[in-house]
Amino acid sequence: MGLFNGANVRLSDIHVMSKGEFRLEVVRRCQNDARLMNLFGCPEPSGGVRLFAFMGFDEDAVIRAVSTVISSDDPAYESITKDLFQAHLFEREIAEQWAIVPEAHPWLKPVRYHANYRGVPDIWEGISGRDIPGSYPFYAMAGEEVHEMGVGPVHAGIIEPGHFRFQSSGEEVMHLEIQLGYQHRGIERMMNGGDLVRSAYLSEAVAGDTAIGHSIAFSEVVESLAGCAAPPRAQAIRAIALEIERLANHVGDLGALSADAGFMPGSAYSGRMRGDYLNLLLAITGSRFGKGLSRPGGVLFDIDNEMALDLCRKLTVYKKEFEDVSELIFTRTSVLARFEDVGAISLKSAKKFGLVGPASRACQLERDIRIDHASGMWQFYHIPISLGATGDVYSRALVRRQEVMRSLEFLLKVLPSLPHGGIFVRLPAMRADMLALSLVEGWRGEIMHVGITDDKGAFARYKIKDPSFNNWFGLAWAMRNQEISDFPLCNKSFNLSYAGHDL
Amino acid sequence: MNGILPVFAHLAIVMALSPFFFGVTARVKAVFAGRVGPPLVQPYFDIVKLFRKKCVYSRTTTWVFRASPVVVLAAVMAFSLTVPFGEIRAPLGFPGDILLAAYLLALARFFMIAAAMDTGSSMEGLGASREAFFSCFSELALFMNFIALASCSGNISLSRMIGEEMPLSGGTLTPALILVVSSFFILLLAENCRIPVDDPDTHLELTMIHEVMVLDHSGIDLAYLLVAQTAKLFVFSAIVVQMIVPGAAGDRAVGIGIYLAGMMFVSILIGVVESCMARLRLDRVKYLLLISFGLAFFGFIVSLWRK
Repeated sequence: MGLFNGANVRLSDIHVMSKGEFRLEVVRRCQNDARLMNLFGCPEPSGGVRLFAFMGFDEDAVIRAVSTVISSDDPAYESITKDLFQAHLFEREIAEQWAIVPEAHPWLKPVRYHANYRGVPDIWEGISGRDIPGSYPFYAMAGEEVHEMGVGPVHAGIIEPGHFRFQSSGEEVMHLEIQLGYQHRGIERMMNGGDLVRSAYLSEAVAGDTAIGHSIAFSEVVESLAGCAAPPRAQAIRAIALEIERLANHVGDLGALSADAGFMPGSAYSGRMRGDYLNLLLAITGSRFGKGLSRPGGVLFDIDNEMALDLCRKLTVYKKEFEDVSELIFTRTSVLARFEDVGAISLKSAKKFGLVGPASRACQLERDIRIDHASGMWQFYHIPISLGATGDVYSRALVRRQEVMRSLEFLLKVLPSLPHGGIFVRLPAMRADMLALSLVEGWRGEIMHVGITDDKGAFARYKIKDPSFNNWFGLAWAMRNQEISDFPLCNKSFNLSYAGHDL
Repeated sequence: MNGILPVFAHLAIVMALSPFFFGVTARVKAVFAGRVGPPLVQPYFDIVKLFRKKCVYSRTTTWVFRASPVVVLAAVMAFSLTVPFGEIRAPLGFPGDILLAAYLLALARFFMIAAAMDTGSSMEGLGASREAFFSCFSELALFMNFIALASCSGNISLSRMIGEEMPLSGGTLTPALILVVSSFFILLLAENCRIPVDDPDTHLELTMIHEVMVLDHSGIDLAYLLVAQTAKLFVFSAIVVQMIVPGAAGDRAVGIGIYLAGMMFVSILIGVVESCMARLRLDRVKYLLLISFGLAFFGFIVSLWRK
């Protein structure tokens, strides 16, 4: 079934294959020109679990969906990961959520430590009751010279909990294993049922720094299921808010990278500029993180002419400031010496792991939802893709720098000529037995929401994929054979979300 | 009695003044970052605060861990006795005391490392290993500096090498002096865990050297280490100032004024260096220390040629 970003489809129209066919189809397609966007299970009324796979054909802006049914009598199938690495975390998630065994999965470990949703024995005995990471089967190396180091889940500084286990020899990291799950709140299941007002708030809490990105994705899913689009002006305001969110986070990241390299002026100036962008969101929505802006049917806050002009004025100043500060950071040889050749990922590896967002573009992988699967405002304005060449920390920083400039140019172009009309429409009820998907290029990369309704038109299954879900493995890989003291830099250059991964 | 009084006076000067110059450096960094920064006397507040707190000890630690703050402070303070402060002569000085000075620093370092290893923390072990590795290079540079200074002054007592008798400033040995001062300034940054070698302001335990070794110390112990840290920076700065302005201003008040101005200058310079550059990658630090060694070595060569 060929779909596009924002499409909806009757559940019965999605091809149901046999387990073998399904596996073959996914592996074959994704080894060629597609990539695995999502793979998840949805409970069947019959008691089994229906697996959906979404494969993105970025060249054609098409998303192919296929499915298979795993019966409750035989909750197992042959692992896809064996032949397609991108599926690795998706399959672990399925194994944990539905107690379905992907046979011969090479790295079958729990993801978030909760009991499965089917109410049958978990495939890891008693994972939900155990302390983490106490009993986690970390990959360990043997030998006199191996220095094993655990960092977290409680960290210095204001970051989320996650455990990092380093196997190093002297200063060189041989292997890093990242173990998450501490932030699991069960958001996906809370989205089920019919309370859309509550769900909108939940979508903003998936990852606090991506409140706008996730709430737009959620709104678009509901709009699609209701068979109705948000007015053009609302779509423009959403795009504006999304770009301001990107600006705030990218500028903040450049500052954090400077701080970790020990370059204090870059960190101090960027930190202040990040505040400026957050204050723009405050002016528009009353929340520094843009919460409460996007809702199914449109947006709740308008940008009037006066405010648009004011934003333009401010952004012109901020643009100049950013040019100066980024010049300061990127011309400092001592800073570049820290960024270059650190944590490099090859284009081939990036493709293999299925990286998304700036982390993928830094490896010269052309992936940007705003371009590949444009929807809403992006159908009318094209942002040039920002690519890096080397895949290292420098490249990831450079991509951010370019994207900040391009977002600023976009905003200065769009703000003075917002489409006219309303900003909100009342939506009809969501249709029954449908599936809708939405892709949004958040500042971290591809956000994907998939909503499936039951026979009454309420969510039976809501799947959220934050870009962090794709990219955490990239960070672990980037640390191979690197100096352990470069870990903070590598980590910041990805700046992934723990909450977005743990849901 | 006559011998004891100058010793206490010397220690009092170190204790009283060193946190102030620590605060100056912090203030300069704040100004560069566009912030107001902490008050100049903040390090005093920090030390007083820590002295009022109790120590917490991990059950895995032994007497080594408890002894280390005292030994470190004592060693650094004893080291300060061999260095003159402008018009004030060094209370401790005899031919060959450069060895005493160097080994007092080594003793302090040894106990820092031993205490860090004593905690059994993988993180502190990492910091200790870095400290031990870099000290191989920095001690080399320190001795080369002493050799060059000895050659310049014809003395092997630290207080005389950089004291009044030093015929350096304005003399024919100026080129050698420039090399040695540059070398010693790099050494100052490295020995006192400043950028570009270490970052005193970081919270990232994986990148730390000095900071990670004091992670388990608390309360009064930490206060001792903080005093030792400020004192060490003060004494190193004093050596730099002494090399440039070896005193002999004639008038005592002018001499003290010049000396204090020199200390201010060095403290500000440290702040400027820290603000203008990022940290080096850890695997490059050894090259910086070798540069320090090289500069001192060429200073030594030049001093020979001048004679």
